[in-house]
Parts: sequence; C-alpha cells; structure tokens
Amino acid sequence: MTADLKVYGRSNLRSKEGFFFTLVFPIILILLFGAIFSSGGISQTKVYVQNLDVGPIGSSFVSALNSTSNYCSSNSTSGLCLRPVPSDQNFTQFLTSNSASDGVVIPANFSAAYQAGDKVNVTVYGNPTSTTSAVVSGIVAVIVNGFNVHGATGVHSVGITSKTAVSSSYKYIDFLVPGLIGFAALTSPMFALVNISSTYRRDKVFKLLSLTPLTKTEWLLAKIIWYIGTTVVSFFLMTLVGVYAFGAHITLNWGIGMFLVLGPFFFVSLGMLVGTVSNSPEAASVVGNLVTFPMMFLSGTFFPVASMPKYLQTVAHVLPLYYMIEGLNDVMIYKNFGPAYFDAGLLLIISAVVFALAVKFFRWRED
Amino acid sequence: MPAIEVDGLKKKYGELQAVDGISFSVGEGEVFSLLGPNGAGKTTTIEILEGLRDRDEGTTQVLGMDPWKSGYELHKKIGVIPQGFKFLDYPTPREAIVYYGALFGRKVDPDELLRRVILDDAENIWFQNLSGGQKQKLGMALSLVNDPEVVFLDEPTTGLDPQARRAVWEVVRRLKGEGRTVMLTTHYLEEAEELADRVAIMNHGRIVAIGTTAEIESKFGTGQRMVVKGGQGLFAYLQENTKLDVRRDGETVTIVLRDKEDALVALGSIEESGAEWGDLTVKRDSLEDVFLKLVGEGGTAKGGE
Ligand SMILES: Nc1ncnc2c1ncn2[C@@H]1O[C@H](COP(=O)(O)OP(=O)(O)OP(=O)(O)O)[C@@H](O)[C@H]1O
Ligand SMILES: [Mg+2]
Repeated sequence: MTADLKVYGRSNLRSKEGFFFTLVFPIILILLFGAIFSSGGISQTKVYVQNLDVGPIGSSFVSALNSTSNYCSSNSTSGLCLRPVPSDQNFTQFLTSNSASDGVVIPANFSAAYQAGDKVNVTVYGNPTSTTSAVVSGIVAVIVNGFNVHGATGVHSVGITSKTAVSSSYKYIDFLVPGLIGFAALTSPMFALVNISSTYRRDKVFKLLSLTPLTKTEWLLAKIIWYIGTTVVSFFLMTLVGVYAFGAHITLNWGIGMFLVLGPFFFVSLGMLVGTVSNSPEAASVVGNLVTFPMMFLSGTFFPVASMPKYLQTVAHVLPLYYMIEGLNDVMIYKNFGPAYFDAGLLLIISAVVFALAVKFFRWRED
Repeated sequence: MPAIEVDGLKKKYGELQAVDGISFSVGEGEVFSLLGPNGAGKTTTIEILEGLRDRDEGTTQVLGMDPWKSGYELHKKIGVIPQGFKFLDYPTPREAIVYYGALFGRKVDPDELLRRVILDDAENIWFQNLSGGQKQKLGMALSLVNDPEVVFLDEPTTGLDPQARRAVWEVVRRLKGEGRTVMLTTHYLEEAEELADRVAIMNHGRIVAIGTTAEIESKFGTGQRMVVKGGQGLFAYLQENTKLDVRRDGETVTIVLRDKEDALVALGSIEESGAEWGDLTVKRDSLEDVFLKLVGEGGTAKGGE
C-alpha cells in the first residue's frame, strides 16, 4: 500500500493537470474571490434579545430596540436584526449554539423595579473587539438613557451590565477559506478518481494490479491518504493566503483535522463509485461533472449557504459537502464544536457507506 | 501434475461464443503457444487461466488451483503480460519495477530485470514517453518481478522490431531454461516454431490442431511437393503419362511426392516431356501453410473481428 501511495503521489505531482488542480487552482480561486468580495462583506448583525420581564416596561424596551433595527429582511445583508430568544432558554448557550456574540437580556423584575425606582440592570453581551458589538452597546445605552430620563420617579434606576461573548463579526473571506478548502477536497479527488476508474479499466491497469496481492481496499485507501495529504497542504496554503492577504479570522485547532480527513475520504470514495457507473472515460467524466458541479456551487463553497434562497438551502442540506463546509465554519470561525461533531459524524457515516459501495462495485477483473 | 489443465472450457459474450469447448494441458516447464486469427478466442482463454475472467463452463486448473476462485493465491505464482500492455503514465521503468515488486512484497533488483529485457537504455523515461517496443519490454519485466512458476504472455512481440523480438525470444528461452512454464499467444508462426514445444491453433473458439509443430505439419500438411515452372504442355504430359498427383496454378506445376519413387518418376517425366521447364524446388507444408489451410485463406476467421 505504501508502494502504491508513493507511485501515485509521484505520478500526481508529475502530471501537470494533477498538480494544478490539487494545489495551484484553489489558491487562484481564493485570490480571485477574496479580491472581488473582501471589500463588501457580510455584516448583517443578529442581535439576540431575551425578555424575561412579564410587565409592560420590558416590552417597551424591546420595541425601542426594534425601532433601531429595521433590516431584518432575508435579502438584506447589513444592519441590525433582532432575534427574540424564548425566556426558558439559557441565553449564553443559545448565543453559542447560534455562533453569535451580540445579545441583550432584560431581567425578570424589570417592570417592577423600574416602576419602583429600584436599581435594575440590562445585560448586554458582545465581543469587545468587534465593531458591531460596539454599535449594539451604543444603541442599548441610548435606549437606557431614554428610559432613565422618562422614568416615573426621575431616578436613574436602569444600568447596563456588559458581558463578553466570544464570537466576533465575520467577513466574507472568513467564510471563503473553509468554503474553498471544501472545494479543494471535492474537486481534485473527484475528477482524478472518476478519470482513473475508467482509464485504468480501459488500459487494463486494474487487471495488472489485480494480479498482485494488493487489494482494492488498500488501493483505494492509498488514494485517500494521498488526497488527505494534498488537502492538508492546500488547507495551509489557503489559510496563509486568507490570513495574510485578506485578514481572515481563522483559528487553528484539531477539529479542522477531522474534516481534512473526512472530506477526501468521502470524495475519493464517491469519485470511484461514480467512475464505476460507466465504461468509457468520456461518459464517466460526464457523470462525474453532473455530481460535482451542483455540489460545488450549492454547498457553501463560494457563498455562505445562509445567504442563498430558501429552496437552494434545502438542496444544500442533502449535499455531503455542505456538512463538511458547515463543520469547517463551525470549528474554524465560530469554535463551535458541538454542531461540528455532528457534521463530522454524519460525514463519517456517509463516507463509510460510499467507501463500502465503491469497493463493492468497482471491479479489478471481469466475469 | 501438468501446470495448466483445461477441460471443456466455454465462454460466451452475449450471443458470441468466444471460447467453445476447448481442452488441453500444458506440462511443467513446457512452452505452449496459442495461435489463431484475430478474434479466435486466445486472449479470452488466457485471461480465464490468469483468473481475470470467469468461465461459463468447463474446468480449468493452473498449478492445481481454480484461477477464478483462488486468484489471490495463484497470482503470487504467475506472471502476466496482458495484450496491449499499458501502465501508469508517469513512473519510469525502474520505478515501475520497484513498485510492482513491492506490491508482491518483494525487493527486486531493477537493474537485473532491465538488463534481462534489454531496457536499461530507457530506465529513466516516463512510461508515457516510451516507444511501443519499450513498453512491451517493461511488461515483460513486470511479469517476472515475482519469480513466477507460470508465465502468460499475450502477444509479447507484437509491434516489436526484429531485433527486439529476438531479445524477447531470448528471455522466453531463458525462462524455459529455468524450468518455468510459459504460455504465449502470437500471430507470428515462426515465433511459435522457434519457441514452443507444442502449439494449439484456435479458430472460432475451438482448437483445430494441437501438438508439436512437426506433428501438426505432418497431420494437416500435404507432405513434400515438387514445384516447377512450366506451362500447360508439361502439366498435360505428366497427367497423361504418370500416376502422379499433379496440379497447375498458372505457370507453376506442383507434384505431390508421396514417397521417394514419386520424386524419381517426376524428375524423369519432366525431362522426357520435352516441355520448357525451370526453377525446380522441393517444398513441404510449413506451419504457415497448415495454419492458412485450417483457418481459411486470408487468415481472419468468420465471425471474428
Ligand atoms: N469483453 C468483451 N465483451 C464482448 N466481446 C468480447 C470481449 N472480449 C472479447 N470479445 C469478443 O470475443 C472474441 C474473442 O476475443 P479474443 O480477444 O479472445 O480474441 P483473440 O484471439 O485474442 O484475438 P486477437 O488475436 O485479435 O487478440 C472476439 O470476437 C471479441 O470481439
Ligand atoms: Mg488477443
């Protein structure tokens, strides 16, 4: 198996197309898309609001907040957007699980205390380093001020407690890096394996390999290991370009590794499976493209899935690449490991199934 | 125990009966050659023996194993060049040999093998840039990395120049010298005559002749013939005045020599005829003549490609 890995790897680097698609192409893409979109950015800020108060004052505080944020429509990409949080939820957990950092909590005794003129604090969650959090605190301060001035007792009873939430605000480039890593993990193994599976059969290379003790499983594993290697390398290259050329916010952690392994595992297997469907290299590449291109554009490689129309989001949710990119977003940007483990688990199961099918259906020899 | 044993082997592709009930056996250390026109079923037969194809009917044993069921075990003991051998585009012959050897868990000496197949001049050229003959030689080298007991060579010399062909012959002779069993297919009859202990001629999926080349020639050939240039006059004289079996084809008169007596009578009668004659030769059917007779002139079998 190591021998196969070595020969394949060397061939891959010697072949100009292999080298280009594996390592150079993704870099070109990140430079291109980064340059085009890094100025704009996706800056709609969601502000999570939890009103624990049952009285009238809490509601009017929420209305006041609402009046500052009329950008909640789904096609808007900037401004504030209020999101109510049910009062039975743990607020900080809710923020984390939504990968958000901006929020306001109105305490349970708000109306009573306010009317009595007792001291009461509204809690503002935010990331001190983020500009959107500063905007949110500013707005809350203005509203608090208004409440104090117009208060029944004339006492400045409302205060603000600031709490730090971890997530920062995200730029387009932040999403682009995981997206393009997913893209790299998809395209080079898919195209290569679809091509290999048909040309090796045509040239009887599979027959030659079947005459050795090398098994199909070992052969496929060698390909997977190779593409894990190339994906890791392109991950580092893209991260470097993303961080140094465009100032992407990326944190390195071992969670990323799960996806750098699972992605190639899945796509090598899928490429092989797709390649077995048809006999001629030409037909195989058509089928390969049919599978690859929709996945490439709809899984959040170039644009966050959340910014796509609803029906396309539904489509995205059945594409395995979506879970890889979603997972990468979670670990690289939000450091939100719970959902990432779910994505990874899902990917692992699908990959194992596809791997097993690929090994079963692709034939060294004929009957 | 013979190295290869085939009994009643049949294989169908859709409606086409590619192999139609053939039986033969190849002894240990023997060089056995399958001859036959395009589409006769040679490759199909050899692939079944290599365990690369399943059969429809009949039994096959190679080194005492069923090639399809015990392929994994068998493959460690056999060497194969598929027809039209191709390999990965990028390894050099040296790398390919080391790689293929490693797949068998063997450390091979690439220099020794490269020299053996006379490929040491091209050891560092990428496979895709090798000439057709060089590729074929690499195939030969690869089939030997695992020190096989039985070697299957499907058209090992097709596309080679005469010198390279002779080099391959040398390799095959050496394999025989080392006591290995060799099964080869070829379209070159002289190759079969040179190398093979026994040959089988296939046509339409059947074996039409089998044995040593001498056996086949004497069984299916016409034996000795006297061929002489001469016209209608000579032909008519011989027919009228002798009991010889005489045929005429244009300016060529052929006399079948059943025994020595025939030869003497023929010579005397030609002289007596007083007709113009010249270019007298004595011939016997070569394997090629027999081959063409058995598979039909033109060489290509009906129902073939
Ligand atoms: N995979 C296949 N599917 C369908 N038909 C096939 C297949 N392989 C071979 N055939 C047909 O079976 C017949 C025998 O083919 P085979 O390759 O065994 O001939 P061959 O004797 O090796 O010919 P050649 O000398 O041209 O190599 C041919 O008519 C061929 O078209
Ligand atoms: Mg053939």
